[in-house]
Amino acid sequence: MRLSAADTDALALGLLSGMTLADARARIPELRVFDCDPHADQDWLERLCDGARRYTPMAALDPPHGLVLDITGCAHLFGGESELVDDALDRLAHSGMRVRHALGSTPEAAHALARFAAAPAPDEASALRRLPVAALRLEEESELALRRAGLKTVGDVASRPTATLAARFGAGAVDAIHRLLGKAAKPLDPRQVAAAISLERRFPEPVARTAYALAVLKELVVEAVGQLGERGQGGRRFTATFFRSDGMAFPLRVETSLPVRNPSAIMRLFRERIDSLSDPIDPGFGFDLVRLTVPVAEALGPTQLALKGGEERNRQGGEGSVSGLVDAISTRTGRRRILRLYPCDTHLPEQAQLALPAVEARTPAVWDAPEAGEPPLRPVHLFDPPQSIEVIAGVPEGPPVQFRWRRSLHQVSRYEGPERIAPEWWHDDSPKAAEISRTRDYFRVEDARGRRFWIFRNGLYGDAKPQPLWYLHGLFA
Amino acid sequence: MNDSISSLDALRQRIDRLGDGRDRRVSGSFSAGHAGLDAAIGGGFARGRLHEVFGAEPEDAGSASAFALLLALLAETPGETVRASPLLWLRTDDAMRWSGMPYGPGLADMGIDPAGIILAVMPDALALLRAAADALRCPALCAVVIECWGSPKVLDLSASRRLTLAAESAGTTALLLRMDAQPSPSAAETRWRIAAAPSAPLAANAPGHSSFDIDLLRRRAGPDGLAWRLEWNRDQRCFVEPPLPGAVVPVPAAGSAADSGTRSVVAAG
Repeated sequence: MRLSAADTDALALGLLSGMTLADARARIPELRVFDCDPHADQDWLERLCDGARRYTPMAALDPPHGLVLDITGCAHLFGGESELVDDALDRLAHSGMRVRHALGSTPEAAHALARFAAAPAPDEASALRRLPVAALRLEEESELALRRAGLKTVGDVASRPTATLAARFGAGAVDAIHRLLGKAAKPLDPRQVAAAISLERRFPEPVARTAYALAVLKELVVEAVGQLGERGQGGRRFTATFFRSDGMAFPLRVETSLPVRNPSAIMRLFRERIDSLSDPIDPGFGFDLVRLTVPVAEALGPTQLALKGGEERNRQGGEGSVSGLVDAISTRTGRRRILRLYPCDTHLPEQAQLALPAVEARTPAVWDAPEAGEPPLRPVHLFDPPQSIEVIAGVPEGPPVQFRWRRSLHQVSRYEGPERIAPEWWHDDSPKAAEISRTRDYFRVEDARGRRFWIFRNGLYGDAKPQPLWYLHGLFA
Repeated sequence: MNDSISSLDALRQRIDRLGDGRDRRVSGSFSAGHAGLDAAIGGGFARGRLHEVFGAEPEDAGSASAFALLLALLAETPGETVRASPLLWLRTDDAMRWSGMPYGPGLADMGIDPAGIILAVMPDALALLRAAADALRCPALCAVVIECWGSPKVLDLSASRRLTLAAESAGTTALLLRMDAQPSPSAAETRWRIAAAPSAPLAANAPGHSSFDIDLLRRRAGPDGLAWRLEWNRDQRCFVEPPLPGAVVPVPAAGSAADSGTRSVVAAG
């Protein structure tokens, strides 16, 4: 086991990341170590990134432990670059973070300047040139090769002809040096793309009451609905973000199955969302910014106002309509919990239907009508995966005589079959796939009590190495 | 004296308003298509009420849920070509484990259009009941099937009363499907027990059309304890008496096929 990170005290004691735990313990017996949890680190970084969206919509992750903000055109809102930096550092210090920062004209420059202490320099270009070659973020081999060639700093590398560099250290080295010095641009990949409609309200002082923040959110919703109306659109997704004064942000997302432009319906969904949170929104030291964005909007024609009350007559998405109910339940319990069934064109029974979230609101599917006079040939319930059963069949390829399912014995009194369903060999005909998916012989059976089941034998006798097993796949009515 | 009479009248009126003077928006009933069954429950299933359907045993899950869905299908206003009002089928994760996923092709085989079903899978019984109460207040749904496995504590008399009130307020029919449970006091209008029945065999002794053993366990206003064995006729969308055993060509257990043909003619005559 090795140390993956060390705090400042540990660094002062001479411990370094990458050192084995035994070595570290030998030096400092009272050392306290914690398990490394990369997922929690990533999660925390993402939350910090969401919080940094108060400064700019172009906030990107720089894993494993960095954030890059593109503050072009945003700095003046905070009174200048240095004020923005101070504000950000204050907030991060509040949440217990120790950070290093740098401003640069390219993301790579800022990244390098923040991580590698350079000697003081009059301007950015010369500071960059004094950085060690490690700032180029090359592979270890190339970096070692550069150092062995006597190129210690970025400036040394930049002074070489590019053709020679490319020939010896690969095109990556040339790209890296160009990007670092601003000769080539690499666009930032923001964590969230800026939404079409984005409205925000800043408070002069933090607001500690959630009810007040919600009232402000309602004003924003009304404003956004007005903008949507001017565009002839309705929102399908809404995101409200409550920024706390200590730098944390609480995003709340709601989704509707049809485009809506009804403020009360949208607010109802937000309230459902807040009710369903396992830990309610904690204002902490107060919220100082509320932002509402509409990431997805679709065309929605204008609606006529009702005479009474001036409410929109169109009750789409409102209380009492099916789409309103679907939105409310899916907001409360999650979109994967309220589903609609769609047919799929395949012979494999378990793949013949798709259950998709009802909020996605596709056009209703058309199912094949059954043939008149036929009994049901497919079960009402399907087990996926099929349930293993023990079957006694009269002859090896013959129909089942009795079977045991969930510890009870069923005598087969009537059966129909086999209906042979072969695997889809045209998708994947490798021997391994054939081993997994075998030809199935389905039987529709009825037991002595009258229950009807759909059971199948997986594989045929003879060609299969282990004896084919039987499964129960569905229940008929 | 006169004063007291008038105040008594006023009080009576007030009690009427409080009590049974609820806004019962949708009354009326829908027929199951079988005269005997309809007659036994006063002309058909009451709309905007709670009906309980108990599955006799866990293995009867297919039959019980199909019966509830068929009632929901019948509850739809007749004459509509396109299903405008979908039905909501509320289940729990437990139900998915016990009886698998509802299967569209099989539902279509029963005559139930899967495109008209919204399926909601709730994490527990409490979320199930909450969603059910919300859904029943939605007049755009034709019926809500609430499937509940076992006997959770939250599903008691007052919960069923709440469901009844919600169903009455919007006129949506509530079908409470109870699997693996014993009947307990509830505010339901009718209570049924459904089990699979042996079907009338088709040619070569193949399982036939879906048959149900239907027991009327309880009815709010009228006699109970009646039982039927009915078959679902998909093409006519109604429950019918199963055909007499001799009416189809039986399997020639012994003797020639010609003999069995004569027998069937005799039996049908």
